[in-house]
Amino acid sequence: MLRKLLIGTALATSFAFSAHAADVKEVQMLHWWTSGGEAAALNVLKQDLAKEGYAWKDVPVAGGGGDAAMTALKAMVAAGNYPTASQMLGYTVLDYAAAGVMGDLTETAKKEGWDKSVPAALQKFSVYDGKWVAAPVNVHSVNWLWINKAVMDKIGGTEPKTFDDFVALLDKAKAAGVIPLALGGQNWQEATMFDSVVLSTGGPEFYKKAMNDLDEESLKSDTMKKSFDNLAKLVKYVDPNFSGRDWNLATAMVIKGDALVQVMGDWAKGEFHAANKTPGTDFLCYRFPGTDGSVIYNSDMFGMFNVPDDRKAAQVALATATLSKSFQSAFNVVKGSVPARTDVPDTDFDACGKKGIADLKKANEGGTLFGSLAQGYGAPPAVANAYKDVVSKFVHGQIKSSDEAVTELVKAIDDAK
Amino acid sequence: MSTVAETQIKLTPEHDARPGASVRSRLQDLLPKIVLAPSFAATIVFVYGFILWTIYLSFTNSKTFPSYAITGARAYQRLWRWTFESDPPSSWYTSITNMGIFGFLYILICLALGLFLAILLDQKIRGEGVLRPIYLYPMALSFIVTGVAWKWFLDPGLGLEQTLHQWGWTSFHFDWIKNKDFVIYTVVIAGVWQASGFIMAMFLAGLRGIDGEIMKAAQIDGASTFQLYRRIVIPLLRPVFLSAFIVLAHLAIKSYDLVVALTSGGPGGSAWLPSNFMYEFTFKRNEMAVGSASAVIMLMTITAIIVPYLYSELREKSR
Repeated sequence: MLRKLLIGTALATSFAFSAHAADVKEVQMLHWWTSGGEAAALNVLKQDLAKEGYAWKDVPVAGGGGDAAMTALKAMVAAGNYPTASQMLGYTVLDYAAAGVMGDLTETAKKEGWDKSVPAALQKFSVYDGKWVAAPVNVHSVNWLWINKAVMDKIGGTEPKTFDDFVALLDKAKAAGVIPLALGGQNWQEATMFDSVVLSTGGPEFYKKAMNDLDEESLKSDTMKKSFDNLAKLVKYVDPNFSGRDWNLATAMVIKGDALVQVMGDWAKGEFHAANKTPGTDFLCYRFPGTDGSVIYNSDMFGMFNVPDDRKAAQVALATATLSKSFQSAFNVVKGSVPARTDVPDTDFDACGKKGIADLKKANEGGTLFGSLAQGYGAPPAVANAYKDVVSKFVHGQIKSSDEAVTELVKAIDDAK
Repeated sequence: MSTVAETQIKLTPEHDARPGASVRSRLQDLLPKIVLAPSFAATIVFVYGFILWTIYLSFTNSKTFPSYAITGARAYQRLWRWTFESDPPSSWYTSITNMGIFGFLYILICLALGLFLAILLDQKIRGEGVLRPIYLYPMALSFIVTGVAWKWFLDPGLGLEQTLHQWGWTSFHFDWIKNKDFVIYTVVIAGVWQASGFIMAMFLAGLRGIDGEIMKAAQIDGASTFQLYRRIVIPLLRPVFLSAFIVLAHLAIKSYDLVVALTSGGPGGSAWLPSNFMYEFTFKRNEMAVGSASAVIMLMTITAIIVPYLYSELREKSR
């Protein structure tokens, strides 16, 4: 009887295995692009894969948003149940790669020439230990001004080229009775703006040293103090209700003409598009004054997990489709970001997108493409969040002077390292 | 299969003359244990097991993922240092002082308001059946709904202040929710609004349980209404105070969603409670050891408050 059972089990197992030997024609994807524009952008990828015969399966995440997704991913990986790929940001990819759960796409990367077409700064996060572990989907950049053109015309403003120009422009708006600066008082928004302020105040060299290399001398230098002073200047131009406001509500203030300008990453463009506004006629996109020529970026990546062999073909198809020129163009036109490879034609992009693509190329060649510390591309999450704490406490007055801010910043970053 | 049946038949007569009754009675004895076993096992593993697991993690160097090598009490040392960093306040300092303010005011106001409302409702008034659910209803809402509703109501640009300005009272000013020093009190307001009706229901049930004869006797002895409540009713409600306190204390300590929905952390993180701190550090900042250590400290604090209270209350009862 026991023998019968054993034989039966063996038969059943072998049957199960033989059933699995064929490739699984399915991509399991963990992501949090569920809102209108983002979901539409992702649909392009789904259709591309469907053409090749791969079904798309979303891994459900309760609650939505990146935090919930990352918590879900952590649980899945801990249980050994890897998705084909997951939307990931910056250091998360490297953390998982260090834990040894990421796949290896080097072959595909070689075949598709990713080494040459993807900016080196991005490869820092998509290549671990010489192996490609993630496919970058896009490049966002955060040093942008988004300006309502009607308000700009009304107050007779012109593109600010320096930080002082910018302050003068804000003064004009204030005199005209418009809220000069639309800001959402949440720590990441304040810190995102501060990224640009530091680049503008200290220049590219300084930004890299302080915000990417976390050099202590730079962090407590007078330039850093001046950056905090400049931030304090900007904060004077926000409305009293700014604290806690969501970023898209701040963008809406600019769209409606209640406010002149918002300092925000290029995902804000999606909001303008959703409101049927055209760049150049309804709104203007300028680089943050004094940062032209440099790009502070963050990027969405599809981290590729070390899935069983029968699911590898689907993974390769996903990675190839993700970095294909057609998808990079179609997706980023909708998303508001720019392609993650520098050889994608910019024909379908609007004026802001074209400028973004040109800027990225220039910054990549000139070595002025830097990770955004606020967005988690300058340093690991512990440091990035400590930085956001300090900036936010400075904006809201728990930290009272730029001297104190610099001391706190050094201490907080030391603590988090 | 046949062997099993045979052994049973062989075995049972040795124990009892009537095999059927024996199996049934033994089953009856076992039934509560069998039914309780799954939940007991689940509690052992998922509550106490993970408490031990968290304590273990707090002594490691865990970052994004748990690491198993014990590296000492560095996480506690950091928390200890942060406990005294009040200017500028560290996130941990903010969290624990907020916990003190929130916990104290929330429990006190809920108890006072709940008792007061219950006493008013207990005056044999008309329409009690309508009033009671009205006060009780907020408890049916989730903290997220309460948080969002109060967020809009308290927002100076949307809610109360804006409305009063439109009605002509332009000097009215109420921006606590945007103010780093007062934002925690708005959490108290929303929390009290939600829970006080429930506490009222608990007190009301307690009041209804008091023997009318005692009240009458006191009235005959010439006790005033105030004395009646002060000397007789409130002391008799002591067990209700205990239950209400336990309910409120645990609601206060696990308030996480209310802070998130109402203030999204407050200006510069000024509305954080320890639970927000724990979540932030464990899941967002990849400092699992520090997050675990803060969770252990929360647990120890609760234990330090609840256990002596429970002990004294229960011992008196058994006397």
